[in-house]
Amino acid sequence: MDHSAERSLSTYLTGFALAVVLTAIPFTLVWGGLLTGPAVYAVIAVAAVLQVIVHLVFFLHLDLKSTPAENLFFLGFAAVLIFIMVGGSLWIMMDLHHRMM
Amino acid sequence: MLGRLTLDAIPLYSWVAMGGAAVTVGGGIAVFLLITYLRAWKVLWTDWLTSVDHKKIGIMYVVLALVMLVRGFVDALMMRAQQAVALNNEGYLPPEHFEQIFSSHGTIMIFFVAMPFLTGLINIIVPQQIGARDVAFPFLNSVSLWLTAAGAALVLVSLVVGKFSTAGWTGYPPYSGIEYNPGVGVDYWLWALIVSGVGSTASGINFIVTIVKNRCPGMTYMRMPMFTWTTLCISILIAFAFPALTVVAAQLTLDRTLGFHFFTNGDGGNMMLFANLLWIWGHPEVYILILPAFGIFSEVVATFSRKRLFGYKSLVYATACIAILSFTVWLHHFFTMGSSANVNAVFGIATMIIAVPTGVKIFDWMFTMYRGRIEFHPSMVFTIGFMVTFVIGGVTGVLLALPPADYLMHNSTFLVAHFHNMLIPGALFGYFAGLNYWFPKAFGFKLDAKWGIRSFWFWIIGFYLAFMPLYVLGFMGMSRRMEHYADPNWQPYLIVAALGAICVLCGIICIAIQLYVSAKNWGSARDITGDPWNGRTLDWATSSPPAPYNFAVQPDVRDIDAFHDMKIRGVAYQAPANYEDIVMPKSSALGPIIGALGFVLGFAFVWYIWWLAALALVLGLVCVGIRACDDDTDFVMPASEVAKIEGARLAQITAADMHDMQDFVPVGAASGAPLAGRV
Amino acid sequence: MTETVMADDILEHEEKKSLESREFGFWVYLMTDAVIFALLFASYVVLSKNSAAGPTSKELFDLGHTAGETALLLFSSLTFGFATIAMAAGQAGRVVQWLIVTLLLGLGFLAMEIIEFHGMIAQGAGPGTSGFLSAFFTLVGTHGLHVAFGAVGICVMIGQVLVKGLTLPVRSRLFRLGLFWHFLDIVWIGIFSVVYLPGVM
Repeated sequence: MDHSAERSLSTYLTGFALAVVLTAIPFTLVWGGLLTGPAVYAVIAVAAVLQVIVHLVFFLHLDLKSTPAENLFFLGFAAVLIFIMVGGSLWIMMDLHHRMM
Repeated sequence: MLGRLTLDAIPLYSWVAMGGAAVTVGGGIAVFLLITYLRAWKVLWTDWLTSVDHKKIGIMYVVLALVMLVRGFVDALMMRAQQAVALNNEGYLPPEHFEQIFSSHGTIMIFFVAMPFLTGLINIIVPQQIGARDVAFPFLNSVSLWLTAAGAALVLVSLVVGKFSTAGWTGYPPYSGIEYNPGVGVDYWLWALIVSGVGSTASGINFIVTIVKNRCPGMTYMRMPMFTWTTLCISILIAFAFPALTVVAAQLTLDRTLGFHFFTNGDGGNMMLFANLLWIWGHPEVYILILPAFGIFSEVVATFSRKRLFGYKSLVYATACIAILSFTVWLHHFFTMGSSANVNAVFGIATMIIAVPTGVKIFDWMFTMYRGRIEFHPSMVFTIGFMVTFVIGGVTGVLLALPPADYLMHNSTFLVAHFHNMLIPGALFGYFAGLNYWFPKAFGFKLDAKWGIRSFWFWIIGFYLAFMPLYVLGFMGMSRRMEHYADPNWQPYLIVAALGAICVLCGIICIAIQLYVSAKNWGSARDITGDPWNGRTLDWATSSPPAPYNFAVQPDVRDIDAFHDMKIRGVAYQAPANYEDIVMPKSSALGPIIGALGFVLGFAFVWYIWWLAALALVLGLVCVGIRACDDDTDFVMPASEVAKIEGARLAQITAADMHDMQDFVPVGAASGAPLAGRV
Repeated sequence: MTETVMADDILEHEEKKSLESREFGFWVYLMTDAVIFALLFASYVVLSKNSAAGPTSKELFDLGHTAGETALLLFSSLTFGFATIAMAAGQAGRVVQWLIVTLLLGLGFLAMEIIEFHGMIAQGAGPGTSGFLSAFFTLVGTHGLHVAFGAVGICVMIGQVLVKGLTLPVRSRLFRLGLFWHFLDIVWIGIFSVVYLPGVM
């Protein structure tokens, strides 16, 4: 991992600005009650996923070219497993919840 | 001052428990006196306990596993004896004690026999198979070992001070909650899991980095030996599955200790969440135990069939498939919890799919043996025994994967028979094969084959006698974990099962005799070349036992069977033009100290001795801090010393009978053709 | 004399290799930590409506407070980034300055979280009240504990930069600490998106 490479100030500032915007959107929506129902959850989820990507790219300097393949592999693998574990758990537990009502 | 620890903690409630405590304490004192008598404390401390050499750490893991195997097996023997006699009577074990025994049996066998056994073999062998001088983080390796040992010590201490869990090795709430289980037993179980689990996670990370970063030149991923491949896969499984165990154990601990409501009956807890989280770890764990054994079988079957492993690529892909699929099936451990048919069906089908890559492996091993020159070395015999027996377990597993069938058989002795049928041949036989196969690599002399074969026959006959009746009993409706029963039809089967356990006991005794006889006659069974079985992988290129640095010069790998290829090309055992300085990690006392603090931390939490827990935690952090600031952890072994060690080795080899070297027929030998002469 | 020089050379080479392994190993460790958080999130979602007889999330959460915590953590990520830039430029003094700013922001976050927890416990909404609160305190508390460890790490690294300067091992440790710190900010995105925002709706 090449961390001695030049990290330009602008990368961090761009990331910071994007993160602020992506945080402000869901907070404003919820605070002001501008949206209701499933739409809010969708916006929150999309903003969160986008912000995670922003952090990975601008703060952790993830890059398909310069980041070592094994680091990307483990990140991707972790993402898949987290999806399976969390998605599976929620599916199982919600299903049970539903059947016990 | 001492929390809830009082004199009542001494197990006076039954003579059997007292006996167990006495044996544990007596054994400890005996070992202490023996070491003192041999004046071995200093050597033990400087050469072994503080060592960060992966080979020594590996040997210590295996010793831990064998000691705990005896303890866990005594539990099994006691259960079989109880059930053989307890028809319409209480037998000789009170219910509370019987429950502790089946809980500790499962916990010990999974966490403190299988895990250290496989971690030990991996430690000894994998760095050598990839041409590395050590693991990526030698010090972390030592910490992992001592945290595992600390967990094992907690289980052993529970026999003497207080009680062990009565909630089974899976500890389902609400029974394992504080409301129904207010004693220290479940806490001992939890802390043993947490402390050793941290060690296992660190091991997993360590071996991922070792295999990814420390391979020698030419050792591409698709040239790695199968055992290294399975190790890579299970290291990834460990790294991603053990966090689930940590989470679920921490949550139950919070429930029990601080009155949280994760899994309680009331106040918004959800006990089904426990089963869900536990098995997110639990199912990958099954493969963590079995895949390394598959790797060992792959090595053994190729070496003792004198052929290249059949279908190397398919074995690699099958291993990777199993590793990923193992994260998608956890619900099959609780089909009966009440999920809807759709959920059960999805997980049932995923479970059955795992049988496919597993079947691929069985065929690969059979085709490796096909038209090979099979040598019935004990490790090969264990492998063949595994292949035959494991298939039966696999078939019963596919049966249990059907949710409707599972509703009939869950929680019965059929299930008990099934998972023993997977883990005894699938995991333990593999470790025994590994023990027989790699013992000369670790110690420099071969194990006695006669006693190895005897131990195999006792083990496999004992296995069938002990567990086939349990399949039948499951169909007859016998639940698992019964302290006594009222159906006289069951008793004959249970008596046969008890005889099977005695047979397995003979198998364990044979292993003990094997170790003793081999050690006594070590001079006549020395492994001078470092390659006693005409091996194919790089681990046989080092001396037996290997020099501290394994390889004086990094090998240049050109083939899957790297060492076999080097022998054919005539470059094995060649001295290089000149030797180089080698950087070696320094020994460190912090490993055993952190392990000891882990034990104290667990013990203090079990007994609510808060000041001691805080002290252990702070001291532990101080140790980590000291290490984190230390920039001087390595030393340099000068080239002259390397040259001396290597020179002595090569002189010995030229003097030795190099019969193996004469056997090669180079033409076609590396192509894997089945009949290419004596290859 | 030449022999010791050679030994130093080979030591440095090995050190570089070992630091590379450490950076990769730390990355894998972060992934395992991510799984821990993922499962704590899953537990929280399962239990989030189980407030039993206790207060619900709507009664307890204060979005303004959460926004403040979010701001502190995000700013601290930025300042750690500045420390990284200073490190690449070899300015040890600047590194220490930015680390101190980061530390203060981190401590501010922790103080806000402690105030929040304390307020909740004071009004009878402690972790022992309900399944919802157990899961809430465990998830958010685990994150807070990580931030606290990160703060300790920053203190240690300030000391190391001052004593040893920006040597190769120190830079590698600082780099790893940075990964850790940014990772905690990512987890926090999950916390406000899964816990606080849906909690007040």
